[in-house]
Amino acid sequence: MYGSEDLELNRRHLMAGASACAVATACPSTAWAAAENKSDPVMSKVSFTVNGMAHEVDIDTRTTLLDAVREHLHLTGAKKGCDHGQCGACTMIVDGRRINSCLTLAVMHHGDAITTIEGLGKPGDLHPMQAAFVKHDGYQCGFCTPGQICSGVAVLDEIKAGIPSHVTVDLTANAVITTDEIRERMSGNICRCGAYSNIIDAMTEVAGRQA
Amino acid sequence: MKFDTPAGRNPIDQLKVVGRATDRIDGPFKTTGTANYAYDWHDPQSKAVYGFVVGATIAKGRIEAMALDEARAARGVLAIVTADNAGPLDKGKLNAAKLLGGPEVEHYHQAIALVVAETFEQARSAAALIRVDYAETKGEFDLAAVKDTGKPEKLAGAPSDTFIGDFSGAFASAPVQLDATYTTPDQAHAMMEPHASIASWDGDALTVWTSNQMIAWGTRDLALTLGIPKEKVRLVSPFVGGGFGGKLFLRAEAVLAALGARATKRPVKVALTRPLSFNNTVHRPATIQRIRLGATPDGTITAIGHESWSGNLPGGKPEAAVQQTRLLYAGANRMTQTRLAMLDLPEGNSMRAPGEAPGLMVLEIAMDEMAEKLGLDPVEFRIRNDTQVDPEKPERRFSQRSLIECLRKGAARFGWDKRIVKPGQVRDGRWLVGMGVAAAFRNNMNVKSGARVRLDGQGVVTVETDMTDIGTGSYTIIGQTAAEMMGLSLDRVVVRLGDSAYPVSSGSGGQFGANSSTSGVYAACIKLREAVARALGFNSEDAVFEDGRVRSGNRSVPLAEAGKAGDIVAEDTIEFGGDFSKTYQQSTFGAHFVEVGVDVSTAEIRVRRMLAVCAAGRILNPKSARSQVIGGMTMGVGAALMEELAVDTRRGFFVNHDLAGYEVPVHADIPHQDVVFLDETDPISSPMKAKGVGELGICGVSAAVANAVYNATGIRVRDYPLTLDKLLDRMPDAA
Repeated sequence: MYGSEDLELNRRHLMAGASACAVATACPSTAWAAAENKSDPVMSKVSFTVNGMAHEVDIDTRTTLLDAVREHLHLTGAKKGCDHGQCGACTMIVDGRRINSCLTLAVMHHGDAITTIEGLGKPGDLHPMQAAFVKHDGYQCGFCTPGQICSGVAVLDEIKAGIPSHVTVDLTANAVITTDEIRERMSGNICRCGAYSNIIDAMTEVAGRQA
Repeated sequence: MKFDTPAGRNPIDQLKVVGRATDRIDGPFKTTGTANYAYDWHDPQSKAVYGFVVGATIAKGRIEAMALDEARAARGVLAIVTADNAGPLDKGKLNAAKLLGGPEVEHYHQAIALVVAETFEQARSAAALIRVDYAETKGEFDLAAVKDTGKPEKLAGAPSDTFIGDFSGAFASAPVQLDATYTTPDQAHAMMEPHASIASWDGDALTVWTSNQMIAWGTRDLALTLGIPKEKVRLVSPFVGGGFGGKLFLRAEAVLAALGARATKRPVKVALTRPLSFNNTVHRPATIQRIRLGATPDGTITAIGHESWSGNLPGGKPEAAVQQTRLLYAGANRMTQTRLAMLDLPEGNSMRAPGEAPGLMVLEIAMDEMAEKLGLDPVEFRIRNDTQVDPEKPERRFSQRSLIECLRKGAARFGWDKRIVKPGQVRDGRWLVGMGVAAAFRNNMNVKSGARVRLDGQGVVTVETDMTDIGTGSYTIIGQTAAEMMGLSLDRVVVRLGDSAYPVSSGSGGQFGANSSTSGVYAACIKLREAVARALGFNSEDAVFEDGRVRSGNRSVPLAEAGKAGDIVAEDTIEFGGDFSKTYQQSTFGAHFVEVGVDVSTAEIRVRRMLAVCAAGRILNPKSARSQVIGGMTMGVGAALMEELAVDTRRGFFVNHDLAGYEVPVHADIPHQDVVFLDETDPISSPMKAKGVGELGICGVSAAVANAVYNATGIRVRDYPLTLDKLLDRMPDAA
């Protein structure tokens, strides 16, 4: 591919040069010499709790939190919809705050408390938000649903904690739970099936019960 | 069971379970992350390895050389599959381009290699080491530029050109005329779950956990592609993370997973990356459409003409944008024409309501424009041109047609009488406010569908069919159907779907799934009822199944008794035949009402209110059916306001190939949505007396939005999507 191939090559050379510098300044030289194949993964041990259970994994440093949980711990509730932080299907709750788990590396979460959809409730013992999604049909294909629910739980907590959003009118007063606030804060969680209207109903019901 | 006479009274009519708003039986799994989608399968005995797809970076040409050595040498790499080493591959019956390209490249991001490695990170990293030399050839990528080279192309079950009466003469002499050309862009399904498959060989038998709407098509085409007997292929797809037509067909990731697994003798899992999905798979093709309407001053349509141009790869089909125009409105003189030009963009194919969705985006703006020319209310103009018969063949009646009721009921509920006819008159703060209406229309198709039902000694009925649930609610309506037929509550029914080991169903597409697949379950349950009655010594004719018991005369026995001596299994397939299609036209109808606000300074468009009134036969589960409709309405808002695959007409690809560039509606874009179903049963459609509804919801929505924008601003945009740049320089004075 003419034109852009040149760009690709330039970028690759640039990256190779940049990483060599980083190695020279930041890493012990023995680590570099020991690696016979430059594609050898750099492994790192990381410990965190997931849904209250302690885990220690020895993991390729390139592994995202999402892939660590899905592919290594086999908790596949969180979904990979884009791997870019564009869709929200991978949303988890880390130390009480929601996060796109595809946009963060597992090694950055040493010591963190992570909650996934599996940690909120189980069939037969649903979290109130999960039950409200069932009651209001707040899903269709279900693929974005774990992310919607994790986000939904965290959003209500954010509002209760007084964290303002783009649509909060008065930044000095406590944020109140309105459909506008919910819609704004949930807009990082895409539902292509278009269950939005029902998700708002589900969240509004849970918010009302909490209030 | 052959369905060839109108349905009489049958056990479904009891409506003890069917027809009631019911929570989805798969809901507790979907909401807890315990529903297994394709990429979620994990076998602790046989750990899968990871495949990463490499896509071509030219739109057309040949691969001259592929440098694989560096990638092969990378740590963890187990195999690299290319056309060179994959062995002979055929092409699926329903694929236009090959799913593994090379040396010929037919479209941008056509798969040309799969790198298989121990971990995902290793496969991805090695894939970036592959260098490809291409010899590019010139392609055609601009529909407008090649439009006039388009050839007549017939549609599924319809000719390319239709003429009734004297269209040209009637149009030329019509006192009121509209002649306008519109465009709709290429659109992406952008379902949340990317195409994903895990393939595993056991000897010469292949199992693929995948995400596919049509199990039997996928099984057939995978076997055909690999050159193995279809009995050796098993597809498993119990949960599908959205399809919208994009997963009707076998796609590259399934073929590559199978090839990777064959090469490595390990299970291989492959998901398309999001950026690859848009150019690697299929999309809704762009159209250019010309509408001509002629009418008398009282608003009677005398001439109606619709022409559509679209493009596709060789072997691809045209977008059937004209098809609703043959049936929706009366008018003695009619014509439609479909032209297909060759384009070298990725393959265009079905996306939610193919044909009608883009067709109504255009026709229903034209109707709004014509109503204005006539000085008629757009609701009244449509009502005036209603027809109860096929306008081309008046001897064919619509089995049911309640378009007028949808329009009238919707107008009353929405407060249509408050609409100010003259555009640009209503202000609410910084918003210019307008209302729009459009008719919704989608044909009802019935497709042969089979199911197996089993009664056990606990009185539990298990249904097995290869039908899929793509978010449509199939699990629940199939469970409701079996429960109603066997006189059980829904919790006594187990539903198993999406496995090629089960009887072949209609699959999910074209809004034919709900009615067809439940009819297949109905047929199997009729057989099961007969077998149960026999086992219990009843005359099956007068056995009544209710409350978990079977009753005849004074004798009543628990249903479970029949299964005590061993499971009773029954299987059947519903086949739709007879002269129904000659005698009746089966369609679904609706009316969409939309209110928008347009920012007087920025031309930002916000949808404020939406209502759909639908007439689609018996509604099997009003809760999930309503969800289907609001989902369609949401996608219709996307099509109206934001969705457009931007074509690079020099390089031949869709530029905005991720979810940041290809915008779809998010929470903040969608207001509360109101849906009303008319109380209707259609005995011509099936024993269920139901019809499809999943695509009706999108049909006409975009035009209703566009018409509301016109009413708000006085600006008529004929090129979708209605982005604010198309309004800004024409906005009314902000003062």
